[in-house]
Amino acid sequence: MLHGEELDRVGIDGWLESYQRKELLRILTCGSVDDGKSTLIGRLLHDSAGVFEDQLKTLKKDTTRYGTTGEEIDFALLMDGLQAEREQGITIDVAYRYFSTPRRKFIVADTPGHEQYTRNMATGASTSDLAIILIDARKGVLAQTRRHAFICSLLGIKHVVIAVNKMDLVEYSQEVFETIRRECGEFLGRLSIPDVHFIPMSARRGENVVGRSQTMPWYQGAPLLDYLETVHIAGDRNTIDLRLPVQLVLRPNLDFRGFAGTLASGVLRKGDEIVALPSGRRAFVKQVFVSGAERDEAGPGMAVTITLDREIDISRGDLIARPNNAPPLEHAVEAMVVWMNEATLVPGRQYLIVQSTLMAPVAVTDLRYKIDVNTLKSEDAAQLSLNEIGRIRLECAKPLAADPYTKNRHTGAFILIDRLSNATVGAGMILDRTPAEQAIDRERRSRDAGTNLTPGAGKVSPEQRAARIGQRPFTLWLTGLPRSGKSSLAHALEHVLFERGVQSVVLDGESLRKGLSSDLGFSVRDRAEHVRRAAELAKLLNDHGQVVLAAFVSPTAEQRARARATVGEERFLEVFCDAPLATCESRDTTGFYARARKGEIANVTGVDTQYEAPAAPTLRLDTAGQSLEANVERILELLKSRMLLH
Amino acid sequence: MSTFQLTHLEELEAEGIAIIREVVAQFEKPVMLFSIGKDSIAMLRLAEKAFAPGKLPFPLLHVNTTFKFKEMISFRDEFVKSRGHQLIEWINQDGVKSGITPFNAGTQRYTHVMKTEALKQALSHYGFDAAFGGARRDEEKSRAKERVFSFRDRFHQWDPKNQRPELWNLYNGQVAKGESIRVFPLSNWTELDVWLYIYREQIPVIPLYFAKPRPVLQRNGTWIMRDDERMPLEPGETPELRSVRFRTLGCYPLTGAVESTASNLREVIEEMLRSRTSERQGRVIDYDEAGSMEQKKKEGYF
Repeated sequence: MLHGEELDRVGIDGWLESYQRKELLRILTCGSVDDGKSTLIGRLLHDSAGVFEDQLKTLKKDTTRYGTTGEEIDFALLMDGLQAEREQGITIDVAYRYFSTPRRKFIVADTPGHEQYTRNMATGASTSDLAIILIDARKGVLAQTRRHAFICSLLGIKHVVIAVNKMDLVEYSQEVFETIRRECGEFLGRLSIPDVHFIPMSARRGENVVGRSQTMPWYQGAPLLDYLETVHIAGDRNTIDLRLPVQLVLRPNLDFRGFAGTLASGVLRKGDEIVALPSGRRAFVKQVFVSGAERDEAGPGMAVTITLDREIDISRGDLIARPNNAPPLEHAVEAMVVWMNEATLVPGRQYLIVQSTLMAPVAVTDLRYKIDVNTLKSEDAAQLSLNEIGRIRLECAKPLAADPYTKNRHTGAFILIDRLSNATVGAGMILDRTPAEQAIDRERRSRDAGTNLTPGAGKVSPEQRAARIGQRPFTLWLTGLPRSGKSSLAHALEHVLFERGVQSVVLDGESLRKGLSSDLGFSVRDRAEHVRRAAELAKLLNDHGQVVLAAFVSPTAEQRARARATVGEERFLEVFCDAPLATCESRDTTGFYARARKGEIANVTGVDTQYEAPAAPTLRLDTAGQSLEANVERILELLKSRMLLH
Repeated sequence: MSTFQLTHLEELEAEGIAIIREVVAQFEKPVMLFSIGKDSIAMLRLAEKAFAPGKLPFPLLHVNTTFKFKEMISFRDEFVKSRGHQLIEWINQDGVKSGITPFNAGTQRYTHVMKTEALKQALSHYGFDAAFGGARRDEEKSRAKERVFSFRDRFHQWDPKNQRPELWNLYNGQVAKGESIRVFPLSNWTELDVWLYIYREQIPVIPLYFAKPRPVLQRNGTWIMRDDERMPLEPGETPELRSVRFRTLGCYPLTGAVESTASNLREVIEEMLRSRTSERQGRVIDYDEAGSMEQKKKEGYF
């Protein structure tokens, strides 16, 4: 009995002191009924003293009644919880077991190995750090072994132990063990499990489970329990990406407004700047409570409550992240889904999604394919049945702050709920999409949205509006490197025009990204989308008689050509703010270029993406050598020459 | 620099707090069962932490069978008052009127009327749609497969064949009108974890858990403490003073004591670490038949 020995050695005070440092390891066991899985867990529990005498007595009683081992105690009976299952001799659900050693506490999720129970295995795997996959040494690698490894990989388990069991029935043959290890290597190579460990054992005889086997001297590694006690899991935690899904807003009194939730990942400190999604509002952290007590900081997995330095609107389902490290907000995501219900998944159906603390209606718009878990091949499918795994596309009524599951096991996971039966019907993992996929998606959506619109239905024409306001609308499109002086020029011009009785609107990155483009990031695709929206907005404003002063880097000739086509050739004036990169960098007081140089931010024009200077702009301004006033004057001259200004 | 590695108790605590908050977020009228035992005390501490610095957003409910240890009731009142919580006590008055006792009706029938039925009455009476219980999966085999959010139909019944899968920390609390859930924030705790947590948090527990000389009788191989005169003595029975303590608490005629000299928390933990029997051994109701707990749970028992 391990605890007893430890107590004799260190005494109760020493023991209580050491429990303070004890870690938790969550284990999944997978294998079929006949691989001896339940026996293995029963053995772990018994040999590490997780089984009490009275339970053992019941076990002995049960062994004579239902057992399959004759005289020996059938440890499997310890695991099979429900009476009906016991009589059938099979485990049909997930059962949780607990044991501890002086080093760690273990939670074991036991799941069945039957083909139809992929659902249960996915359930057990979702919370596990490590999986033990059992192989019967006599049978070697089976289709189910591949299936188990695939589900472990899909659910993001990083550590797998392949337990080659029943070695006593193959005369403890090293050759049998090595063959299995080789066969496993072939398919494990196609999965993404970073840490795989092989152990030959006999659970029934307790060899290489808790104690070292005397009969397999050729195996130099540790027995299973030693390995479970020492496998390094601390590195699996993500302390980089702050993600705090807001579970509850606590308002015990008028002076306190706390946002409660469990830190999915990252570290949160007093004084940190945060951004709330989807609103994009920012604030600074005033107080951090961890499990109810005020602290300076909190880390992954902690139950926290935070207060902020200002009132911003945050409610359950929102996500708190960092301004420079926030997940993209997506109305549509691609995901792998494990189907868990008798009612099949048919594309087009609506469900409720629960992702982090957000619950919202979703539609499954596409079923891309399903995966044959035995061969890992994908095939076309019209529907997804119970225990099948497939790739789907979801559209959500609310924007999802969606990290890919491979990057974040908490914010990248979701469940689907049937709206009529309230049953949990699917478990999903969000996929990392390439920017190209996102762009295709966006184009498709904007095309769909346009199909039932009829253009030009208005009763008042742009010409009539322009005449009423008494000005000729146009779009002055200022392009150039970041910090080349576009916005300053636009604002200076706005002022001059205002003095002359011309109403104009300045559009620039600053103003658009706070609202209209707040869902966009800074990838190449997102920036192109940002420019597209700016051009569409400029067109609308022009149609309503307003003069638009648009200041956008718009680094490619193609983007500017599209903007010109959107706004209309006759209303579009392209002004190139020409300043050398070195000048722009030297003017930068915000540290923007410096961070790009350090690689902290990507896709910065001039640094890691190219700026295509316009070949034939309407006007080229030297914004490095000439003064702001001189450049404003040159623009005014241009406008006069075009009869756009009197 | 901190590594932010949680210990197993910290991880269990965080999980429990998250579960309690989730219920408050998803349900309109939750209630927390408070049985005065160590599990209830630990669970209540999690709830206090979940809403600190505010108060609990739900009341506590104690189903009093009228055969609880006297000390439990006085401890309950003092404890709840000192923490400033709201407590509802529920007694099945039909049962009281019928004069049912564990002695005249048998333990099964008595437990059914005064515990299971009483609980269902209370939940229906107040319209609670979620009830927290301190049950742990390690207590008993049928508990090992219980969900954290355990769905009950409008008759408060549990269907072990039709449980919702529970993945990650995503809990599906969608219920139709009249349906409810039972919630177990201590699902992943063991008896040892509960004691270690109480030790770490320095929470006061009822002294019945600590050994002292008490008047006990030997019945069916268990020591039963005769807490009052309602318990009839068999011919020739005389209570004797023995140093005993309780590992679980409930109705005194149904709760077995263990002989022990462990008189404080440290000693109790040490005794348990060296112990070879599980805590449920002291419970008379589980003994009736293999699978008895499963049957009770189907009927609506916690």
